[in-house]
Amino acid sequence: MEPLHDKKLKFLEEKANRIREDIIKMLVAAGSGHSAGPLGMADIFTTLYFHVLNHNPKKPLGADRDRLVLSNGHICPVLYAALAHAGYFPVAELKTLRQLNTRLQGHPHRGSLPGVETTSGPLGSGLSQAIGFALAAKLDGKKYRTYCLTSDGEHEEGNLWEAVMFAGKNKLNNITAIMDRNNIQIDGFTENVMPLEPIRKKYEAFNWHVLEINGHDFHQIISACAEAKAIYEKPTMIIAHTIPGKGVSFMENDYVWHGKPPKPEEAKAALKELRTLGGKIRSEHQ
Amino acid sequence: MLNPEAKLSGKIFDKDVLLKPTRDGYGDGLLLAGEEDKNVVALCADLTESTRAEAFAKRFPERFFQVGVAEQNMATIAAGLGVAGKIPFISSYATFSPGRNWEQIRTTISYNDSNVKIAGHHAGISVGPDGATHQAVEDIATMRVMANMKVIVPCDSIEGRKATMAVAKIWGPVYLRFQREKTPVMTTEETPFVPGKGIILWQSKRPQVAIIGCGALLFEALVVARDLEKEKIGTVVLNSHTIKPLDEAKILDLAKKYGAIVTVEEHQITGGLGSAVAEFLAKKCPCPIEFVGLQNTFAESGPPDALLTKYGMKAKDIKAAVKKVLKRK
Repeated sequence: MEPLHDKKLKFLEEKANRIREDIIKMLVAAGSGHSAGPLGMADIFTTLYFHVLNHNPKKPLGADRDRLVLSNGHICPVLYAALAHAGYFPVAELKTLRQLNTRLQGHPHRGSLPGVETTSGPLGSGLSQAIGFALAAKLDGKKYRTYCLTSDGEHEEGNLWEAVMFAGKNKLNNITAIMDRNNIQIDGFTENVMPLEPIRKKYEAFNWHVLEINGHDFHQIISACAEAKAIYEKPTMIIAHTIPGKGVSFMENDYVWHGKPPKPEEAKAALKELRTLGGKIRSEHQ
Repeated sequence: MLNPEAKLSGKIFDKDVLLKPTRDGYGDGLLLAGEEDKNVVALCADLTESTRAEAFAKRFPERFFQVGVAEQNMATIAAGLGVAGKIPFISSYATFSPGRNWEQIRTTISYNDSNVKIAGHHAGISVGPDGATHQAVEDIATMRVMANMKVIVPCDSIEGRKATMAVAKIWGPVYLRFQREKTPVMTTEETPFVPGKGIILWQSKRPQVAIIGCGALLFEALVVARDLEKEKIGTVVLNSHTIKPLDEAKILDLAKKYGAIVTVEEHQITGGLGSAVAEFLAKKCPCPIEFVGLQNTFAESGPPDALLTKYGMKAKDIKAAVKKVLKRK
């Protein structure tokens, strides 16, 4: 992975903002869907698809591509926007999200859309599927890496901890998991609904290598992904502290935006803010 | 008489008929499928010996994954392996897989079109002393209802082996159902087995009724067919090993010719083979049907044979169902 120079940093910042704008546009056109998670993960998805992943949008099924599993499928607007901007399908198609006959299903469905590696939505079962990819890679002697994006709230699912145990036992060093630690879920703050802390210690107890980063800092995202690749005996969990709704001030850190889309006038305000607050977002990386 | 084209064992009605559990067929078939194709992998949730995955695990340790007592994880890891080009077989007791992990199977295997083969073991009430917690009597229904899922219930260990080997070569999700107890080996190496194609096991000269069954209870059906012959009641016995997709052509033919049907399965009478037959015939050729199976109740602990007797799945129950359906013709 090449280090981040200033020009690339600027490119990623602008790309992430474009992706945020498209997320707002998609959600308002769809009239349903989740706002906070996709906006909060825009910087990470941008970094993955435009810097970290070994992939080729022209060959979405290439044998050696890195795989990205989105376990918390409900934040798929950010996956779809990143895939479109990377060139898997036309950006214009994003506005068909959740419409009849669309390839952009309400939750990701493998086979419907190029670049979607597996089907997800019901929480807690993405890491296991990533394990399946990782085991297959080892059996086939392939070097590809599997990235699993998870939410914090879905750590309340038992299936997820079964996967954590398995990956630790089997030292699956070809898995990088990234947790969107935004502290919210539908019914409120995670620590009120069902406390997850100390989440880092829990992963470490299961024989994982754990990193904690600011999920809006491109340098930190890239160096954490690079470090994960260098770990030989363990899978890696990157706990990414993010701000849900990042970039749209009236959505930030407010859990009511977890599961609803903006109304048209709210979308207008959100887009205006995203288009004019480039300076504010950039300032965090200086 | 026994249908000569089915090439059944000449010893079916003998005292020394070979007895083997259908699950042995899974073990044999899995090993052979593994030898034929290096993409075959197996996963188990702490029941490697009793689900007969052990031989494969010993022969191909690098292709065997012990997931511990975690059926949801087993199904979802298999889903990933299947998407990545492997042919995963997962085995546990049917109450746990596909019982506990139904949603994972639905989303990550069936809807995801992952090439996973789900082997549910110790199915039916004949698992016996473990009691109703371990007696899967809903699994055919819960798997059959999923789009993109095939369902096969072998009648003996030989058919179990053939079915296991056959599904390794069929793309897509399949549910295979196996039983714990030793049961008569009715078929032979020469008996044809093609998924989706039922096999006529018994064909009287002048049949008045068709008995359609699956699994080891087909032996009871054959005993009934033989006994009824002496009472001048002719029957046909169809081994409908594949419940989805159903062999519609053969079942329609039986309904048209004989106009009365008895279905036989070690499963709840709602949702299983009998329901599949009834749903199809309601559309194409409605006729009286009697359903032999578990009558909307849970069973209990006890010796397998005593349980089948108490809950109405023995030869005398099938015979009574035949007589009842004939009166309704």
